[in-house]
Amino acid sequence: YRRLYCGNSGDFVPHVAVIGSGPAGFYTTQQLLKAHPKLKVDIYEKLPIPFGLVRYGVAPDHPEVKNVINTFTQTAQNERCNFIGNVSIGTDITIKHLQKAYNAIVLSYGADADRKLDIPGENLPNVISARALVGWYNGLPQDRNLEVDLSCDTAVVLGHGNVALDVARILLTPTSTLSKTDISNHALEALSKSNIKKVYVVGRRGPLQVSFTIKELREMINLEDCRTIIEKEDVSFIGSLTEELPRPRKRLTDLLYKTGCNPTDNNLIHWSKAIREWQLKFLLSPTKIVSNNDNRIDSVECVKNRLEGDDILNQKAVSTDETVQIKCGLVLRSIGYKSIPIDDAIPFDQKRGVIPNENGRVTGVTGMYCSGWVGSGPVGVILSTMSDGFNTGKLIVSDMNSGLIPNIQKSGKDGILPILREKGVNVVDFKSWEKINKVEVGKGEEMGKPREKLTDIQQMLDATQEKS
Amino acid sequence: FSSTAAKHKTERVKVHFIDRDGNKLTANAKIGDNLLDVIIENDIDIDGFGACEGTLACSTCHLIFKQADYDKLPDTPTDEELDMLDLAYGLEDTSRLGCQVIVTKDMKDLEVSVPAAVADARGPV
Ligand SMILES: Cc1cc2nc3c(=O)[nH]c(=O)nc-3n(C[C@H](O)[C@H](O)[C@H](O)COP(=O)(O)OP(=O)(O)OC[C@H]3O[C@@H](n4cnc5c(N)ncnc54)[C@H](O)[C@@H]3O)c2cc1C
Ligand code: FES
Repeated sequence: YRRLYCGNSGDFVPHVAVIGSGPAGFYTTQQLLKAHPKLKVDIYEKLPIPFGLVRYGVAPDHPEVKNVINTFTQTAQNERCNFIGNVSIGTDITIKHLQKAYNAIVLSYGADADRKLDIPGENLPNVISARALVGWYNGLPQDRNLEVDLSCDTAVVLGHGNVALDVARILLTPTSTLSKTDISNHALEALSKSNIKKVYVVGRRGPLQVSFTIKELREMINLEDCRTIIEKEDVSFIGSLTEELPRPRKRLTDLLYKTGCNPTDNNLIHWSKAIREWQLKFLLSPTKIVSNNDNRIDSVECVKNRLEGDDILNQKAVSTDETVQIKCGLVLRSIGYKSIPIDDAIPFDQKRGVIPNENGRVTGVTGMYCSGWVGSGPVGVILSTMSDGFNTGKLIVSDMNSGLIPNIQKSGKDGILPILREKGVNVVDFKSWEKINKVEVGKGEEMGKPREKLTDIQQMLDATQEKS
Repeated sequence: FSSTAAKHKTERVKVHFIDRDGNKLTANAKIGDNLLDVIIENDIDIDGFGACEGTLACSTCHLIFKQADYDKLPDTPTDEELDMLDLAYGLEDTSRLGCQVIVTKDMKDLEVSVPAAVADARGPV
């Protein structure tokens, strides 16, 4: 009898704990609330602030992408949903605690550690992870005081993904444009004194293997006051290949080819007036970051690669013995994100940096699920995280209906909040976030921008005390 | 004059959306609105549709047209629309983003389908 488990009959109310309030957490929650009429969701978030990388990843000059926050807010305001911020799972509360209080646990805590190059010179000052630079310009508390020296004229970004193009674009966008965004003021001030005139975006493979998307490439090509350099010899061979490629790859490859070999008149006029430039470099793997005597970066040493393999889109880079040096004063490492284990009760694949799972069911643990980057790895845009979150939400309700998750009445947050209170953890609920939001928007208004983020946890907590 | 103008403004046509489960959902579409507006105004429930609220920054409003209907659409997609479409699941030659397609008189009884939102493998960031 299905009704026994899920119907409006009976008083059974399943409780689900969601860990992390990024897109994965919110889209899973949205689906859970929709698929079951009584189920309640408590979303736990490490920061006092919701929305994960939508707030702290998505670039300030992409405000449209952040419109998803409106839907998340509606979900959070559902009376069957609670946001419980400023609680770090694994530290303040363990998974064991949660397992006692909830029928199901959804791990959606993202991938906020970054991969390292493991080459000499990586620890020099001004060799910075793109993740940290993104956190810095987006006002993430832990990166607020990042030391970035922008007095040099050339930067190298290592990596060919969207994050690499995001950081290159922010370094090259006129600050008069950035000042109208919600970029954090400390970053805006530093960028307004920046001397960076040239950014190399360096990848280990060729033009057919780049993993940035065409929208981000087109934005770079059209960036105000900035010239795009793609060497003809790097891309001329792809002109004849594009017809065979699947459409998304075809259009991207076409744009790379045309920009390098056959730019439009508009491109040429635009670039002729440029005062800054960026250059795409292919088939180079960094082997060493070279410093001069005073411990400053002198250059990045790279080995040249060639490609091997039959599948032209998936060829592997194999190093040759030829090397090149790229002079620069700032290096940004953008070679990928990974997750970290937060609690011993959660299985973890150290090598891949993800939680092992089958379509969202965490391997080997009943009632434990994952969604978003923590399970898939750091791939794809919000859309892919959305579809993942919806699937996980549906799966959980179907596992409840089938009896795979036993329908034992649990306490939900009532079993957890007292523990937090005892520990002196200052819990931030969604109403409190709305107060912080108001303070931020107010500060932004004074500065002629949509928002000025609070970058200090204590400041955020103080803002929750303000009378609304 | 003003009354005919007002009448013109509220002119509507029936438009049908075939959802991911194959259900036909019918909307009373205001001429001049885009298909995302139509879905919102008619309370048509499609999970995740229109995430960026019509600002050409997602591809959740992806719709697939029949070839003949596609060919009749008054404007062709811009590069920016195609760029976003390239990220959509189940992309077809007759795909468009709903927020970029304006309802016209000719669209009476137009039928478009909402592609399944299945995740596929994607390159790293
Ligand atoms: C720099 C950057 C720019 C991007 N730009 C775009 C873009 O323009 N368009 C687009 O579509 N996609 C973009 N993306 C991709 C998009 O951000 C991701 O697809 C999406 O955010 C992944 O969602 P998630 O919920 O899995 O992870 P996250 O968004 O990272 O959310 C995880 C949440 O869990 C919390 N958390 C972590 N540990 C704990 C813990 N122990 N206890 C409690 N909570 C915890 C974190 O604080 C965070 O709030 C970008 C990504 C990056 C990195
Ligand atoms: S609603 Fe996002 S592109 Fe149409």
